[in-house]
Amino acid sequence: MIEVLVFAIFAVVAVAGAITLVAARNPVHSAIGLLVTMFSVAVFYVLNGAHFLAVVQVLIYAGAVMTLFLFVIMLIGVDKTEDRQERIPFHRPIVIGLGAGLLVLILLAGRATWVIMGGHSGTAIGTIEDISGELFGTWMLPFQSTVLLLTIAAVGTVALARYPGRRRRTREFDAGEDREPEVED
Amino acid sequence: MEVTGGWYMALGAVLFCIGAAGMLLRRNALVMFMSIELMLNAVNLSFVAAGNELGVLDGQLAALFVMVVAAAEVTVGLAIIVMVFRKRATASVDELSGMGG
Repeated sequence: MIEVLVFAIFAVVAVAGAITLVAARNPVHSAIGLLVTMFSVAVFYVLNGAHFLAVVQVLIYAGAVMTLFLFVIMLIGVDKTEDRQERIPFHRPIVIGLGAGLLVLILLAGRATWVIMGGHSGTAIGTIEDISGELFGTWMLPFQSTVLLLTIAAVGTVALARYPGRRRRTREFDAGEDREPEVED
Repeated sequence: MEVTGGWYMALGAVLFCIGAAGMLLRRNALVMFMSIELMLNAVNLSFVAAGNELGVLDGQLAALFVMVVAAAEVTVGLAIIVMVFRKRATASVDELSGMGG
């Protein structure tokens, strides 16, 4: 019974955060909405026995990724001038209709599978020990590939940051400082 | 009443569709990027719920790998957004029509 209660509360919170993400005009509010949703998803991980994954979710997503997002929002300024005029006729109703249609299709397609699945077996508790046992055993090669991927991503980011060349740098920093007051409000 | 894996998967579907709608609705590149993160989170939730339902750890490991790839993707994507902003002084994807889009 208590699980139903926790699920209901955090489901509402997660959906509210997601809608805030999509609907908020200010990108900072969008980021806060995403943060709320990510914390709720961490709670759902705990309810599903994925304890280690819940910790990783809070550390990586709510910690690192959202901090990075907020840093970039601060860096490039809150875009007050976001154009809300739709250029395609009936853009917004069409998109909302498409989203609702996709949801209905997913629910219809998944329903058979969700119903015939067995009940809670409850054996898959994801402690650090269990996860690392699987990760360093069966999943060793994919794990090493992620090391390669992260290295390539880090090198690529540094290469992108250096790409514009030195001669433009001063001018661009000036342009960045001009926009800074917009960040405050 | 008991919360089964299907409930979590239905919630994941809802979150995924909100993220997809946000991807189509918004112009700000940062908000579009955050919508992608929302969709990845929704899929992760489905993975974990399915793994728990079947009693195996593979769902959690798949979610873990999705997280790693998402972290790498965020790093590169945000670097690209910052670089585009440096060149064009805008984060709106409508302005980026250099390739005829």
